[in-house]
Amino acid sequence: MIRVENLSKSFGPKLAVNKISFQVERGEVLGCLGPNGAGKSTTMRMITGFIPPSEGKVSVGGFDIVEKPIDAKRLIGYLPENAPSYADMTVSGFLHFTAEIRGLRGDAKKRAVNRVVEMCFLEGVLHQSVETLSKGYRHRTCFAQSIIHDPEVLILDEPTDGLDPNQKHEVRTLIRRMGEKKAIIFSTHILEEVEAVCSRAIIIDRGQIVANGTPQELKARSDISGAVTVRVANMEAAIVVQKLSQLPLARKVLTVKELSNKAWVRVLPKSETINGELARSISEIAKRENWQLEELHTEEGRLDEVFRNITMPDTEVKK
Amino acid sequence: MNSWSNIKTITKRELGGYFSSPVAYVFIVIFLLLAGFFTFMAGGFFERGEASLTSFFTWHPWLYLFLVPAVGMRLWSEERRLGTIELLLTMPITTWQAILGKFLASWLFLILALVLTFPVIITVNYLGHPDNGVIFCAYVGSLLMAGAYLAISCMTSALTRNQVVSFIISVVICLFLILCGFPPVTNLLLRLEKPRLVEAVASFSVMTHFEGFQRGVLDSRDIIFFLSIIGFSLFTTGVIIRSNRA
Repeated sequence: MIRVENLSKSFGPKLAVNKISFQVERGEVLGCLGPNGAGKSTTMRMITGFIPPSEGKVSVGGFDIVEKPIDAKRLIGYLPENAPSYADMTVSGFLHFTAEIRGLRGDAKKRAVNRVVEMCFLEGVLHQSVETLSKGYRHRTCFAQSIIHDPEVLILDEPTDGLDPNQKHEVRTLIRRMGEKKAIIFSTHILEEVEAVCSRAIIIDRGQIVANGTPQELKARSDISGAVTVRVANMEAAIVVQKLSQLPLARKVLTVKELSNKAWVRVLPKSETINGELARSISEIAKRENWQLEELHTEEGRLDEVFRNITMPDTEVKK
Repeated sequence: MNSWSNIKTITKRELGGYFSSPVAYVFIVIFLLLAGFFTFMAGGFFERGEASLTSFFTWHPWLYLFLVPAVGMRLWSEERRLGTIELLLTMPITTWQAILGKFLASWLFLILALVLTFPVIITVNYLGHPDNGVIFCAYVGSLLMAGAYLAISCMTSALTRNQVVSFIISVVICLFLILCGFPPVTNLLLRLEKPRLVEAVASFSVMTHFEGFQRGVLDSRDIIFFLSIIGFSLFTTGVIIRSNRA
C-alpha cells in the first residue's frame, strides 16, 4: 500500500531525511522509532503530502503523492504530531467538517461521525468546543478525524502522546484491530507500544533507517537476549557465580545483585547456544547443588537496550 | 463540480469560525458605528443638503484600511499557529480550493457587514429622491474594494504565524494603494511636471478606481483593476504557502 523509495529531505544545508526506503502492506502495522529530531515526523509529512520530498518517491495505493496528490490523500488518514484541531469549533462541528471534506454527505456523513464518536469515546464532549477540552480528548478528537473516512492507510504521529494509561491502552487496541485490514505507520517513543502493537518496526536515526525487523528480531539483537537469570536463596552470589562459570555453554556469568540472603545471577550464553539449553543445564546444577532456586528465566532481550545501542553508538558501553 | 463542493465546505467552516467567536459581532458593531459616525458627523450628510450617499462612500477606503485587515489577518496565520494547516493541506483538496474557500468566507462576511448598512439607504430615500442606481453602483465598488483589501490581507496572513505582523503589513500595503491616488500625494507628484508618471502612479490607487463607482459608472477597467488585485494576491498566497511547506 505504501511504498517509500530513496526518500530524502533537506532543509537548507541540513539533511533531515536521508534516502529512506521501506514498504508497508495491508494488514501490517509499522512502528517508527527514533530519538527526537531523527526525521520521523518529516518522513510522515512527506508520505502524507504535506511537504514535498527533496528526492525520492512516495506512492500510496499506487498513486504518487507528488503527481496524483488528491487520489493518494483520499486513501490516507493522518494524525499529525500534537493532534491539531480548530480550537473554536465543537467536536461535532469539527468531525462533520472533516467528514464533508472527505466527500461524505447526508446519511453516510452522519453514520461516519457516529462511528468514530463511538470508537473514540467522544459522546460526552460532542457539543463542547475543542479549546475547552483536556489534552486527552483533544487528541482523541483529532484521532477520530483521521479514521472518519475509514481509510486504507493510516499515518499516526505519536498517537498515544499525552494520554493516560487507560486511554493509551484503548488507542493501542484500536490500532491493532484496525491494523488487520489497513496499512498503518505510527511513530512513538514508548518501546513497549511497539511490542504491543507493531508487526514490524524501523528505527530511524539521523535521517536514516538503522534497523528494520519484527519486534522479536530487534529484541534478539539485545546483548542480554538469551541470557538466563536465576535467583537463589541462602547462598552467596560468589559461590553461585563460581559454580555456573564451569558450564560449557556460559560465555560470562555476572552478579546482578545480592540482597538479604538472596543472590541474582545472570548467565550470558555463547553465541551458538540453542534457546532453552542453557536454562536446562543451569537447573541441573541447581538440583545437584541443592540450591533453593526461587526463579529461573530466559531473557527475551530488551528493546530499549537495542534502541540505545543503535542510536547512541558513540557512548555505547561494551560489555 | 467536486472542487466547488470542497470550496463550499471550507467556506462554511470559516464563516462558522467567525460567528462562533466574538470577533464577528465586535467587527460588525464597530464597522456600523464608524460608518455612521463618518457619514453623519465627519461627512456632513445633512449639511450637504443633497440626496446622495457621497458622504457615506467617500470614507470607505479609509474605513476598510483598518477593518478589513482585521478580518483577514487570521485566515492563514491562525492555521499555522494551531498547526491545523497540516490537517487542511493533507486533506484531499488542492491548495487553491482552500485559499478560495477561505477568501470567499471572509468576503461574504464583509458583504454581510455592508448589507447591514441598509438603514442609510432607507434614510436617504426617506429624506429625498436619490439616484438609487448610483448607490447600487457604489455598493458594488465598495464590495470589490473590500475584496481587494481582503486578498492582500490573505496574502500577508500566509507570510507569518503572527496575526499582528500580518495586520500591520497589510495595512501598510493598503495604505500605499490609497495614498498613491490621494490628492495631496498626486499634487506633490504633479510638481515634478511628469503627467505620465502621475497617471501611472495614480492608476495603482484604489481611490482612483473607486471614484468611478461612486459617480455611478461601472467601468470595466475599474472592475478589472480590483479583480486583478484579488487574483494576483490570491495567487501570491498560493506561492507563499507552497514555499512555506518546502
